[in-house]
Amino acid sequence: MADYKFHLLVCGGTGCHASNSDVLAENLKAELAEHKLSEEVQVVSTGCFGFCEKGPIVKVVPDNTFYTQVAPDDARDIVEEHVIKGRKVERLLYVDPNKKEQIGDSKHMDFYKKQLRIALRNCGFINPENIDEAIARDSYAAMAKVLSEMTPKDVIQVIKESGLRGRGGGGFPTGLKWEIAANNEADQKYVVCNADEGDPGAFMDRSILEGDPHTVLEAMAICGYSMGADKGVIYIRAEYPLAIHRLKVALKQAREYGLLGTNIMDTGFNHDIELRYGAGAFVCGEETALIRSMEGKRGEPTSKPPFPAQEGFNKKPTNVNNVETFANIPPIILKGSDWFSSIGSEKSKGTKVFALAGKINNVGLIEVPMGTTLREVIYEIGGGIKDGKKFKAVQTGGPSGGCLTEKHLDTPIDFDNLLAVGSMMGSGGMIVMDEDDCMVSVAKFFLEFTVEESCGKCAPCRIGNKRLHELLVKITEGKATKKDIRNMRNLCHVIKDTSLCGLGQTSPNPVLSTLENFYDEYMEHVENHNCPAGQCKALMRYYVLPDKCIGCGACARACPVGAISGERKKEHVIDQHLCIKCGACLEKCKFDSIIVK
Amino acid sequence: MTKIKTLADLKKMRSSLKGEIELRQQSENPDSVVQVKVGMGTCGIVSGAKETITFFSEALRKRDIPAVVTQTGCMGYCHSEPTVEVTLQGKEPILFGNVDPAKADEIIEKYIKKGQLVDGVIPITFKTIED
Amino acid sequence: MVKLTIDGKAVEVEAGSTILDAAKKVGINIPTLCHMEMKDMCIENKPAGCRICVVEVEGRRNLAPSCATAVSEGMVVKTNTIRVLNARRVVMELILSDHPADCLVCAKNGNCDLQSMAQRLDVTEIRYAGVQSTYREDFSPSIIRDMDKCIMCRRCETMCNEVQTVGALSGVNRGFEAVVAPAFEQDLEKSVCTYCGQCVAVCPTGALTEVNNTNRVIAALANPKKKVVVQVAPAVRAALGEEFGLEPGTLVTGKMVAALRNLGFDSVFDTDFAADLTIMEEGTELLDRLTKHLNGEKTHLPILTSCCPAWVNFFEKQFPEFKDIPSTARSPQQMFGSIAKTYYADKIGVDRSDLIVVSIMPCLAKKYECQRDEFKVEGNPDVDFALTTRELGGLIKRANIDFNSLADEDFDKPLGESTGAGVIFGVTGGVIEAAVRTAYEVYTKKTLKSVDFTELRGMEGIRHATVDFDGLELNIGIAHGLGNARELLESIRRGENKFHAIEIMSCPGGCIGGGGQPWHHGKQDVLKARAKAIYAEDVGKTIRKSHENPYIIKLYEEFLGQPMSDKAHHLLHTNYFDREVKFEVKK
Repeated sequence: MADYKFHLLVCGGTGCHASNSDVLAENLKAELAEHKLSEEVQVVSTGCFGFCEKGPIVKVVPDNTFYTQVAPDDARDIVEEHVIKGRKVERLLYVDPNKKEQIGDSKHMDFYKKQLRIALRNCGFINPENIDEAIARDSYAAMAKVLSEMTPKDVIQVIKESGLRGRGGGGFPTGLKWEIAANNEADQKYVVCNADEGDPGAFMDRSILEGDPHTVLEAMAICGYSMGADKGVIYIRAEYPLAIHRLKVALKQAREYGLLGTNIMDTGFNHDIELRYGAGAFVCGEETALIRSMEGKRGEPTSKPPFPAQEGFNKKPTNVNNVETFANIPPIILKGSDWFSSIGSEKSKGTKVFALAGKINNVGLIEVPMGTTLREVIYEIGGGIKDGKKFKAVQTGGPSGGCLTEKHLDTPIDFDNLLAVGSMMGSGGMIVMDEDDCMVSVAKFFLEFTVEESCGKCAPCRIGNKRLHELLVKITEGKATKKDIRNMRNLCHVIKDTSLCGLGQTSPNPVLSTLENFYDEYMEHVENHNCPAGQCKALMRYYVLPDKCIGCGACARACPVGAISGERKKEHVIDQHLCIKCGACLEKCKFDSIIVK
Repeated sequence: MTKIKTLADLKKMRSSLKGEIELRQQSENPDSVVQVKVGMGTCGIVSGAKETITFFSEALRKRDIPAVVTQTGCMGYCHSEPTVEVTLQGKEPILFGNVDPAKADEIIEKYIKKGQLVDGVIPITFKTIED
Repeated sequence: MVKLTIDGKAVEVEAGSTILDAAKKVGINIPTLCHMEMKDMCIENKPAGCRICVVEVEGRRNLAPSCATAVSEGMVVKTNTIRVLNARRVVMELILSDHPADCLVCAKNGNCDLQSMAQRLDVTEIRYAGVQSTYREDFSPSIIRDMDKCIMCRRCETMCNEVQTVGALSGVNRGFEAVVAPAFEQDLEKSVCTYCGQCVAVCPTGALTEVNNTNRVIAALANPKKKVVVQVAPAVRAALGEEFGLEPGTLVTGKMVAALRNLGFDSVFDTDFAADLTIMEEGTELLDRLTKHLNGEKTHLPILTSCCPAWVNFFEKQFPEFKDIPSTARSPQQMFGSIAKTYYADKIGVDRSDLIVVSIMPCLAKKYECQRDEFKVEGNPDVDFALTTRELGGLIKRANIDFNSLADEDFDKPLGESTGAGVIFGVTGGVIEAAVRTAYEVYTKKTLKSVDFTELRGMEGIRHATVDFDGLELNIGIAHGLGNARELLESIRRGENKFHAIEIMSCPGGCIGGGGQPWHHGKQDVLKARAKAIYAEDVGKTIRKSHENPYIIKLYEEFLGQPMSDKAHHLLHTNYFDREVKFEVKK
């Protein structure tokens, strides 16, 4: 074994991969070879570091130097400066957006300081395509412990006591779910891993699968042992090619080591796992729809009961858990339920992974203890709002969540608190909005998504969401009345109350929460046909400031619809009926005499 | 490929593989292990810092002492190169000068293992150059 | 048993019952739209998709669909709170907001479940109007799909996939664009559709309807150059009365004949006559194959009946390897047409091109069948137009005929005389019973003591019976509904079940439950009443065995010679084709 003095960890997650991190890794290896340092410095392609805002990332171990936005050509400097001369390549260091200073290593980055990584513990740490590194990091130790020292009942007890709740959105207690599946007798049972991550902007499950696939395989086997299932299926969306590849590699390696398959570790326990690919329908993240899709049927939900634990895949008892939930299982088994339940809030234990997106400085993937406040996440880890703008709202829980405002910033994040303030945990999407965002448009954007992704099975979701979207369009065009707002609110409640599955039951949340928190903004659109954020194109008005206009005619020449008129050297006027709000006049005017209101 | 048949197999395998990621593991929590920083400025390298750092990393591993050995730039004590800064858990960093492999051996055996000071400490008025 | 409270009333029901069932027990009639259940026919559609039947269940966050929610001990249900009433109405408004409001000119006007539900829920305005989904209309020889009117109740899909196992229709697309369609949204004509029409029979709206030939028939009747004769299938007389408000199961044979004569048909004939003829041919074919089999010669057994055109489509498209097993005898509709345009046309001295044969059928596949090339002579079809029972009802109404006050009249001769054996063709088990009545007597040369083979009757999907042919045990299988037919075919494929003869009818209950019959609105008692009426008609006949029909005997004497003669073969038999549907994947 080579005695490496340095490990250069190069992020191989989808984001960094897309920015040529694979070429970068090759270049680093080539540089090292050239300097005959291959025996002393190891280049490791890891999973995601979470700091996707500034990828590709290279982390130098042991000094934790954290290089951001590293291009393939930077390999030479990293090797010659850092590795050989021991000098940090300053231009690649991360610059704190608020303090405007370079941060030398990851231990001093605010982004990482408040994080506690349980589910993501191996992401950005091991080479996910090397089972040996995973084993060195305790992979399969929990499975070995379970098989050799625990009864299935013990396992369920530990998970129950840990207080772990489903990370896919519902927050159902995982141990209880396992217990129900365990108690249903059948000749065949299944463990299903839901890797059909569909929330826009969310990629926690993908990152775990890409960065630490073995943890999921191990957890599924543990679950299989606890409920008596010798078959596992990972339902993963086909749009995750890298995660699929890593899973395939991991499955092959685990089988070769005898950690999956028949008679695992000579205990007589059998468990093997296969992959099923989803075609990217959001609704297939709903467990009954997912099961139908796995069976080759149209992916649409069915009424519960029967729950999958009673009648699931191929009509057999099936336990479906999400990727992140599974990723928490091995540490709980190894470190105990007391350890896990000491982290988090009263009713939500452990940590939660969030995908930070939107108008925030540190876009990326984070993991924090439950009970961390939105303020800590947005301002400390997230580095605050981009370009020094004012925070306006944060949408949690993906397209089915709600928009929270300034007044919610000190809410400790957990399942129940978010529900109480009209949003939800969901799978952990967090989209930050600033003063430039129009909340009606935000609601419209999310509705567009649910309208697109509704399966169409039940009437309230199929037609109701379409109508809801149409009403929002009407508002953003300044054509809605107060009565429309009343009807819209009623429609929201009926859709929530009558829809068949979670998608429809939550789809009006963005509308309801923005109505609740930004009612004035809605009314401004309705009563004054004005969009305070200046986002709604149909409500914009272009005006010529008479005292600034010199009558050069440039605007009139630029206008594609001939909406601007005026004599030479005299002030020009825009005909609001003709104006199509293209903004060409504004661009052409050299005297700042055209304004938008 | 050999199959892992028992818990003991897995444990054995894990400890034999540990070395592969030990460096990373230790750098995760640098404050909980011994931190050794070797000045690798031009002056240091000329004075033999490379042998020193190699000695530290090999010796500490062989002697089963969890430690992070890193390099750093010139510490400003070019007269005493190679210079090495050692931080024990919960203690202030101590800077040693003129550390060749023999001196390094002494630092490990006396200071790191037993907490006894050895000759060659450079009195410093700053903490570490990074703070 | 489970105890619960619904709207304050205590009720006790079996575990596993739904809230909907439980409510019915205490006289609470929760409205439903997509739900349809016909237990004896094994038809159950409860996708819980329309959400009209939602109710409040104490302790539950959301409203629960009563059709798909099982009762539990101590459950407290409220079906008419303001929350429920508001939700139900908003959902109804939403459904209506995506439905064309052309009720006045819709084929289903007055028979539309959506229309009556809107009325029941007192919807007088649609607050949530918006864009409506539009689709290309799809015309096939039998069925028209106008998916603008689809409300995604999925009944057709359940019928097509689960009951009939045809698999022509399924949900496609997502969200607002979701609709039921053939694979790749191809035309129905290019799909595996058999035209059994069961989708039409259960469609609550005008999304699926039959191709209406009424106007063409009116035009033919008005054409002085044409002689227009009509034949009426057995199942029609047991259901037509429903079109005029009569109780299901009322036999209206005499009134029906009178009405047809009033409409101006030159002769009113009976498909039952052709059914008797079918028995002569098919029964002879059965005995022929049986004799060969007993002599150790190579032959195809079991023999499968071939009267049902949807069944023919089914095996041609899905079991083409079995195309040599069914009897080659044409269906009664086509035998009638063939004889009418040869024997009868000769008799009255009319050229076949001037003779129009109209058939009144309980069936939609018959519309397709009469257009098949095998049943045309130089482009002239043996049967020109097939109307459904419903279309006949409409035609009678349009002609201002007060159906219920008509005096009974008799069919015309010679093609209107029939036996009880011909009548029972309209119900499951009937064809094979009719065949047994004749085959027994021909084979054993003995007279039957009783013609009632009750062991062949019933509503079970797949039935087995053994008939003693004087020492020869004849194993008979019966299936109604194509799903059951598939099960039987697959058991044959696996080499199980040594049957000599199998009767298959595509529709649940047989022709009485055909896709062209008056709307049953999901009530299975309607089908049972129709079956009862058919057997009553059989009992009422003086002659109950096909080979004793004097006009059949005469037909053979004057024209055909013997059953299975060359002439009979030419006019009364057919052959089948491999029409397996293959999709070409374009690269």
